[in-house]
Amino acid sequence: MDYLLLQMLNGVQLGLLMFLLAAGLTLTFGIMDLVNLAHGSLYMMGAYIAWTMISWTDSFVLGALLALPVIFVLGLVVEAVVARRLYVRSHLDQVLATFGLILFFNELVRVIWGPAGKSIAVPAFLNRTVEILPGVPYPAYRFAIIVVGAAVAVLLAWLVARTRLGMLIRAGASNRRMIGALGVNIELLFSLVFGLGAVFAGLAGLMAAPITSVKIGMGDDILILAFVIIVIGGIGSIKGAFIAAMVVGQIDIVGRAFLPDLLKTFLSASAASSAAPAISQVLVYVVMAGVLVWRPTGLFGQRT
Amino acid sequence: MTTLATQPLLSTDRLVKRFGGLLATDNVSIDVVPGEIHALIGPNGAGKTTLVGQLTGNVTPDSGTIRFAGQDITRLPTHKRVHLGLARSFQITSVLREFTALENVALAVQAHVGHSFRFLADARNDESLRGPARRGLEEVGLGDRANTLAAALSHGEQRQLEIAMALAGDPSLLLLDEPMAGMGVEESQRMIGFLRALKSKRAMLLIEHDMDAVFQLADRITVLVYGRAIASGTPAEIRANKDVRQAYLGDDGMVA
Amino acid sequence: MIAALRTPRGLITALVLLVLAVLPLLTQAFDQRYLLSIGTRIVIWSIAAVSLNMILGYGGLVSFGHAVFFGIGGYAVGILSAHGVSSGWIQWPVALIAATLWAALIGALSLRTRGLYFIMITLAFAQLVYYVGGGLEAYGADDGLNISRSRFPGLIDLRDKATFYWLCFAALCGTLWFCSRFANSRFGHVIRGAKSNDLRMTALGFPVFRYRLVAFTLSGTFGGLAGILLANEGAYISPAMMSWVKSGDLIVIVVLGGMGTLFGPLFGTIAFFVLEESLPPLLNLFAKGWGEYWQIVFGPMLILIALYARGGIDSLFGQRS
Repeated sequence: MDYLLLQMLNGVQLGLLMFLLAAGLTLTFGIMDLVNLAHGSLYMMGAYIAWTMISWTDSFVLGALLALPVIFVLGLVVEAVVARRLYVRSHLDQVLATFGLILFFNELVRVIWGPAGKSIAVPAFLNRTVEILPGVPYPAYRFAIIVVGAAVAVLLAWLVARTRLGMLIRAGASNRRMIGALGVNIELLFSLVFGLGAVFAGLAGLMAAPITSVKIGMGDDILILAFVIIVIGGIGSIKGAFIAAMVVGQIDIVGRAFLPDLLKTFLSASAASSAAPAISQVLVYVVMAGVLVWRPTGLFGQRT
Repeated sequence: MTTLATQPLLSTDRLVKRFGGLLATDNVSIDVVPGEIHALIGPNGAGKTTLVGQLTGNVTPDSGTIRFAGQDITRLPTHKRVHLGLARSFQITSVLREFTALENVALAVQAHVGHSFRFLADARNDESLRGPARRGLEEVGLGDRANTLAAALSHGEQRQLEIAMALAGDPSLLLLDEPMAGMGVEESQRMIGFLRALKSKRAMLLIEHDMDAVFQLADRITVLVYGRAIASGTPAEIRANKDVRQAYLGDDGMVA
Repeated sequence: MIAALRTPRGLITALVLLVLAVLPLLTQAFDQRYLLSIGTRIVIWSIAAVSLNMILGYGGLVSFGHAVFFGIGGYAVGILSAHGVSSGWIQWPVALIAATLWAALIGALSLRTRGLYFIMITLAFAQLVYYVGGGLEAYGADDGLNISRSRFPGLIDLRDKATFYWLCFAALCGTLWFCSRFANSRFGHVIRGAKSNDLRMTALGFPVFRYRLVAFTLSGTFGGLAGILLANEGAYISPAMMSWVKSGDLIVIVVLGGMGTLFGPLFGTIAFFVLEESLPPLLNLFAKGWGEYWQIVFGPMLILIALYARGGIDSLFGQRS
């Protein structure tokens, strides 16, 4: 029972990380109509930049706080140099160009940080467990991710629901032409949204770093999962992205945690342990296919 | 003049379509009999587009039925309606821009000559497609523009091409969604003449903003306001109808 | 036929095909075995690129999971081979049928969606198979599996590099021939019309979904053929052959070569492989040691291609008539 609870918490933690990644993706698509494959590169850059800042300051928190503005600026640069030219282009052009960005960033990381992976240690003050329930310990760092992730999700919800920027974001997601008519500086809005998405992606990357590892291409696979999430949730919908991220997080973690035991009942131990992650990954895609067959524009996507 | 006793070609029976709280089609029952031009008019937002969508199969009505050529087509997919003889032109010019005028019509012909699961034979010189296509282009007056890319045709010519494509399958009913939209006076007059000549062969449901054209062409007019058909009758009757004057045309908006 | 040779496009195309046709003789004459192996991969990838072009170039359907057919074709051959079924007469039809059925299934589900949803669902289905491949412990999981080449006893020996190359080249010619017929057929016109304006095609009376599904399925069959050949080329299968980066590479190749043109995918594949082989030494020439970072140049090149080179290589040869 406790084991199940712990695994479900891990699922929440993974779901929140992926929500951070998916939020930027769904915003850039919803507002700018941009398919940004390079969003995962910003996740990777977040982890690497944080690694440098942390080794520099010798403090996880300080390093992370320094990394975020750098990633924001990086996001603005990517927007100004490449993304901005792509908004009015076809999805195919966007896929092609941002695919090129991925290659560029993966190689850039190799040039700057070398081919070997890096690791970021769990900060000392979080390197312990907290009792989430009496007698149920949980790693403090993972718990911190949940807290930060939830806080950002709430912040984002507030931003979208209550602020002027959020009003424009909602208007833009439902009717792109309308924001132009509102007399808003669209270029600035687009830059801001892109930068914000970059910060969320970078934050997810640096928070994930201590529990995974910092390596080239780390953003690519998780990016596809993030795309799956926004497609399930309905492109452009923050709420949909959140719900889908939670679902995908649970499927992935719980699948990994419990499938091996389940499979061992009829497979060899080694076959079971190699098949289980594959099956839990496959499950995610099956869920997506199911949702799209049922609702071709996702759970909360706009109907045409 | 055909009598209204003729069996209607197309009829809707208490058609209803809601979008959220908005009643876009409110119990609309209209019909088109063979050989007539029935015009559908109404201010912007009256629900004309939604109604057309239901007739063509792009929008599914919430309740009510649509019958065409003696058959219930309420839930029939678009392409099957076309094969029954219900063709349409689009409000926003909708031709295949990368194809020549002739290829556009040839494709329209192809849609009606059996399935197109033919992978190997060259369709570019297929006279069974090109011949009728060429005749179709000539019929709408585009005979000399056959090999021009559709994208390079003038707006008026594209509208004519639209009609040629709709006619390719020899439909019994033409659904014309603002065929005169964006046309100059001269082009409009030519289109009106053309449609009038066509009337003897096929019935038309005409959605049009140009009141001149409507009163010149229509045998019957139905006025749609807020999704409801508030009046239906001959042009003279509609002209005299008080409700129409108030609700739609405004007392001074009447066309001479 | 002869008249076509008078245009730059026709002449270049003929030259490229001629060189490809005699490539084993050339590599033998100049003792460049390595080039034959690259040539073989170019020909196999061209088949996949031509098959993707059928739906992407002619149909406008951005399928981001086409490498999955490398995997399906390859794994069908590999799995049969691992179980001792080495006859190509069994392996190849099974692989083609598997690729065709899978294409029909994912096509039926994916083509209900459009835009980004279509891009992502095709990617997701490819990922699904990729992970399944990585989970197959019996067939090497992530590490892949060495297999023996398909046998056609008494007919040809695929272990002979030149023979295998010519078989691949024949397969490419067959694929190109089909594509050339397809593009101008009634079916091809429907697919191209739907790319231009699918709403219009439906309103003309075409059940567009059905035609697209058949095109998607056919494209999968030829993709499976490429997969069969790829598995035989390296005598090896692994999930990496269907990673999403490979699907991206295939899109790059088609766009680079010229979408919706017959020989564009072939030109694109050649250019792609030539860049891959020549960028590292070129970079080393200018800055020693930078050769291994060639993608730092290739990535921005893709961006520039996406932004400025819409017609691809094919358009360099002048306007199409």
